[in-house]
Amino acid sequence: MSRMELTDIIKEENLVLKKSALLTDNVMHYCPGCTHGVVHKLIAEVIEELGIQEQTIGISPVGCSVFAYNYIDIDWAEAAHGRAPALATAIRRLHPEKYVFTYQGDGDLASIGCAEIMHACNRGENIVVIFINNAIYGMTGGQMAPTTLLGQVTATTPYGRDAKLNGFPMKITELLAQLDGTCYVTRQTADTPAAVRKTKNAIKKAFQNTRLDKGVSFVEVVGTCNSGWKMTPVDANKWMHEHMFEKYPLGDIKDI
Amino acid sequence: MAKFRGAIVVDTEHCKGCSLCVVACPTHVIELNPDVNGKGYHYAYMKNPEACIGCASCGLVCPDSVISVYKKAVE
Amino acid sequence: MAEVKLMKGNEVIAETAIRCGCDGYFGYPITPQSEVMETLMLRKPWEETGMVVVQAESEVAAINMVYGGASCGKKVMTSSSSPGISLKQEGITYLAGAELPCLVVDVMRGGPGLGTIQPSQSDYFQATKGGGHGDYHLIVLAPASVQEMSDFVALGFELAFKYRNPAMVLADGVIGQMMEKVVLPDYTPRWTEEEIEKISGSWALTGKKKNREHHVITSLELEAHRQEVFNEKLQRKYREIEANEVRYEAINCEDADYIFVAYGSCARICQKSIQLARQEGIKVGLLRPITLYPFPTQPISDLCSKVKGFMSVEMSAGQMVEDVRLAVNGRVKVDFYGRMGGVVPTPEEIVDALKNKFSI
Repeated sequence: MSRMELTDIIKEENLVLKKSALLTDNVMHYCPGCTHGVVHKLIAEVIEELGIQEQTIGISPVGCSVFAYNYIDIDWAEAAHGRAPALATAIRRLHPEKYVFTYQGDGDLASIGCAEIMHACNRGENIVVIFINNAIYGMTGGQMAPTTLLGQVTATTPYGRDAKLNGFPMKITELLAQLDGTCYVTRQTADTPAAVRKTKNAIKKAFQNTRLDKGVSFVEVVGTCNSGWKMTPVDANKWMHEHMFEKYPLGDIKDI
Repeated sequence: MAKFRGAIVVDTEHCKGCSLCVVACPTHVIELNPDVNGKGYHYAYMKNPEACIGCASCGLVCPDSVISVYKKAVE
Repeated sequence: MAEVKLMKGNEVIAETAIRCGCDGYFGYPITPQSEVMETLMLRKPWEETGMVVVQAESEVAAINMVYGGASCGKKVMTSSSSPGISLKQEGITYLAGAELPCLVVDVMRGGPGLGTIQPSQSDYFQATKGGGHGDYHLIVLAPASVQEMSDFVALGFELAFKYRNPAMVLADGVIGQMMEKVVLPDYTPRWTEEEIEKISGSWALTGKKKNREHHVITSLELEAHRQEVFNEKLQRKYREIEANEVRYEAINCEDADYIFVAYGSCARICQKSIQLARQEGIKVGLLRPITLYPFPTQPISDLCSKVKGFMSVEMSAGQMVEDVRLAVNGRVKVDFYGRMGGVVPTPEEIVDALKNKFSI
């Protein structure tokens, strides 16, 4: 191997990966290692690559990602807790030419917003739903979510989630796949480079689907909440591998 | 088969030191710097730059998009 | 061409919405206003004007669809009745907090709880004092005829966009269900994208253009001082609305010794009571607030030097009477007569109440 100085490599023509132009300069408020940051980046990259910045409207939720609008340089509405699919319904129907997506966490989508997501999916709205499942309420300080695993310790299940007391982990994505109004339902993750690439492809496909009048494209991303889980980011990824994927297996659930 | 050399540039002030890039790197290029940035985070840096192949794994998993990746074929 | 028809109040809401260029209606069935959405679905305005009509899964979803549509600078509306309006309060306060124009129609029925499907005016507090959480007001219009059901749809949208604030048409079950002659307005085309850009282009979600910053519709501000600055801005807007938009009707007030204050169907009944009272030599007038917020405080205050007393007549336990008392501020006697539970007062019992309460 010939000798090569770093200055020879770090040149514009050799650049293979950089921050998306659609990500703003705002420093994300997320904890170090948070999955939200990765998924925000992928959405920004997809919108940039599809060249649809002017046609895209995002709906941010209530939860940690409430401030998603600070990070991706598109027009946004910030919804009340759980209601993003209702906003998206109206915006997409009033603007059929636009790409409309919601970005929701597990508390927002699977708990308080259960009715809104069910019915937006059942009506077959031509929207994208990005669903971040980290099995916990992050923003309010790590309480139990509908997706919290049995035995998982949270601020409101300090002795571990007990099915008798708290019910069962909710596989909302499988439920939504049962509805005739969804066309693409997939569960991905974002911990490894390969997983990140797959998730990006899924998000891109979901955005493209909205042009085809086939209904809701739903991308669940199983992620970590290392602060809520009280682990380092690296340990959180390990824990996710060891515990989450058994209950929430990765892959396409529906693709028509 | 062409061989590649790579390099990364870290926006150190915006790095939160989560270490996800450290474990994602297949050639063990990256570590957290013993020094800290303005927010007190140990930021990622190329401890072993010679080993970088420009695969971009670090940049893909970085939640804060602070890593730019460069890649050049070895002549 | 304006068209004269015999129609139900609720049907008129739907018909006028189509004619005044409404972009979207989002609702959920509830008695006594279900005819609004039924009429729209029958009329299929999406084929005629492109207006979107969605039967939502709940009142909560419906108002949040309104929030979405309003975010885009579109003319959007919902309608419901009291229990449904309670459910919509979350969305209404978000709309107020995000300064979004929209129209909410409330055809009141009796409460509390599931209450009754009979007409009532017991949601005056809810409509005029906020209803949801936080310091905010809706612009509240109170129709007393089927004609006003039509007129106030257009006026409600006009005021909502003028002030970037939700407007409410507060009707009662009588006005919603009664049939009357109505002159329907001419068709106004829905706004084009260019017109929306002109009217609401500084804030609406129209897709981020290269030549402007991205738009964000939100009611969230975590920094206390910035939130206070925003609250002060809202309050300035309400003062402006109070200064400019008070609407009321004064009937037989010139020579009156006593004034009924009544809105909606009670105002109609009071007109008959005035006739009956005057036949007995009791000079009574009617001050009918058309805007419940902003309330006609000054016109009532101005009458204080000329009259002996006011009687607020409501289908409630006495809600608007509090605003009458504030306007009168102790200068003359203020009393109240009301019926509850869906009971509509008769003109005779109102006259009897006046004589009784004011020892006439």
